[in-house]
Amino acid sequence: MTWTPDQPIITIVDVHKSFGEVEVLKGMSFDVSKGEVICIIGPSGSGKSTLLRCINALIPINKGSIKVEGLEVHDPELDQLALRRKVGMVFQQFNLFPHKTAIENVMMAPVHVLKQDKAEVEEQAHRLMAKVRLQDKEQSYPGELSGGQQQRVAIARSLAMNPQVMMFDEVTSALDPETVKEVLFTIRELVEEGMTCLLVTHEMGFAREIADHMYFTDNGVIVEHGPPSTFFKKAQDPRTQEFLSQIL
Amino acid sequence: MIRSDEIPCVPGPRPPPRGTDLPVLLPAAEIVARRAAEERARGGSTLRLRARHGVWLFLAFVFFSGVAEARTGVGGPFWVLSTLWKWSPLLAEGFMLNLIMSFLAMVIGTVTGTLLGVAQISLMPSVKNTSWFVTQFFRNAPWLVLMFYVMYLVPFQFRIGDIVIPFPDWIKATLGFSLPVMANVSELVRGGIQSIPSGQKEAAESLAFTRRQVFWMIIIPQCVKRILPPWMNLYAILTQATVLASIVGVTEMVTTAHEILGAEYEPSLLLPLYTYVLLWFFAYCYPIARWTMHLERKFAV
Repeated sequence: MTWTPDQPIITIVDVHKSFGEVEVLKGMSFDVSKGEVICIIGPSGSGKSTLLRCINALIPINKGSIKVEGLEVHDPELDQLALRRKVGMVFQQFNLFPHKTAIENVMMAPVHVLKQDKAEVEEQAHRLMAKVRLQDKEQSYPGELSGGQQQRVAIARSLAMNPQVMMFDEVTSALDPETVKEVLFTIRELVEEGMTCLLVTHEMGFAREIADHMYFTDNGVIVEHGPPSTFFKKAQDPRTQEFLSQIL
Repeated sequence: MIRSDEIPCVPGPRPPPRGTDLPVLLPAAEIVARRAAEERARGGSTLRLRARHGVWLFLAFVFFSGVAEARTGVGGPFWVLSTLWKWSPLLAEGFMLNLIMSFLAMVIGTVTGTLLGVAQISLMPSVKNTSWFVTQFFRNAPWLVLMFYVMYLVPFQFRIGDIVIPFPDWIKATLGFSLPVMANVSELVRGGIQSIPSGQKEAAESLAFTRRQVFWMIIIPQCVKRILPPWMNLYAILTQATVLASIVGVTEMVTTAHEILGAEYEPSLLLPLYTYVLLWFFAYCYPIARWTMHLERKFAV
């Protein structure tokens, strides 16, 4: 079956993942449509980050199926380059390459992975640095930037691959409160441009504001989901209610 | 045995003890505590070759020369200095051999050690275990013992068909030195690679870099920065260790110094002569130490 643009961009069916004896994902299923913003919340250890890493084929799954634009992520024959071009990922710890300047960080993957023309890539990198409002920090090394600035460079670095989907793994959890805002601002701009986003987050206010659909995971399963309007007000499951009451 | 969780963890240096049976120790305790705090702030112990060590060495040289001068009372003033000057070209020849041996041993040790270090993080258990064992064996064996091994196990010449390749003692000694260097470099490389946070690999992979690209473009450049200072330290240690070759009769600087003592037949020359040798080594190792310190500061994260 070939994938057509009217189908969900990501299809996740009954995904199981164990680390040794510990089963982290116990059968998760959901779809992400193009342009949709999905927020995944849940207590730590509930498998949120693991799920994102599975979608990007950073870690293999034991059972089930994940398809991104029709590509079966865990097919051993998978063209990983094709998959990872489609899916961008931003990490909690930024993970910028410390031996490269900000703009080199943004340019590296298009130049060395996509083998694009360096001059074109540089032009695009200037645009992306301006987009995350760091055009004056292009020549800075990651060590010279604040957490929020580093995280915005990381977003620009990911966008340089022109992904179809962006995944954000608790991207504001390691930041000072005052720099959280600037990162969220950048993400909101992306959402407004119609980027399909998957966010794992603890920023409830932000999630409520931008999410099209909320998922609450606990202990490796999706406990409850729904649009934010009903999700935050009328949570049905006691686990969701307890989690929300602790965090809100 | 003390369990690690029983040791109280207090941030910062321990304050000097207030009440004590020996109050005379208190000022010293304060100095020690302050120094320890400074060292922690700099990130570790900083026992390094400094310019003042060279000055002490020079003063010792002047003092020993004066004593020797007074003891002998022959040959007029500045007899010691002129004698040392007379032998300096020969000593320099010996010193050159020290440098050549240290340089070659470093090159051989670094190349083989890098391969061994990468093998230590191999995913294949047999490769990993073997390289681990080789590393540990050569790292923990005394350098002199390794040199004796090589001296007695490697023949003095190789014959391939009609071509005879001689293997003089100094080359065998160099091979002997390259073994511990190899093992130390292996550990530096392994530690360097493993010290790079796993997030770097993850981030690079999520940007579709291949395994090879991740290794050569992301991991290795960061390792080189971290490994360079300790690698240069290792070189300074190796340079000084090359005098061990005198034990197996290689005519390097210390052997030469020994022969000069025999030729001059003047025991009081011993201290100034060896201090003179030390000055040569200091003059070579001090710039390396300075440069290492400079690099460490530059690469400090």
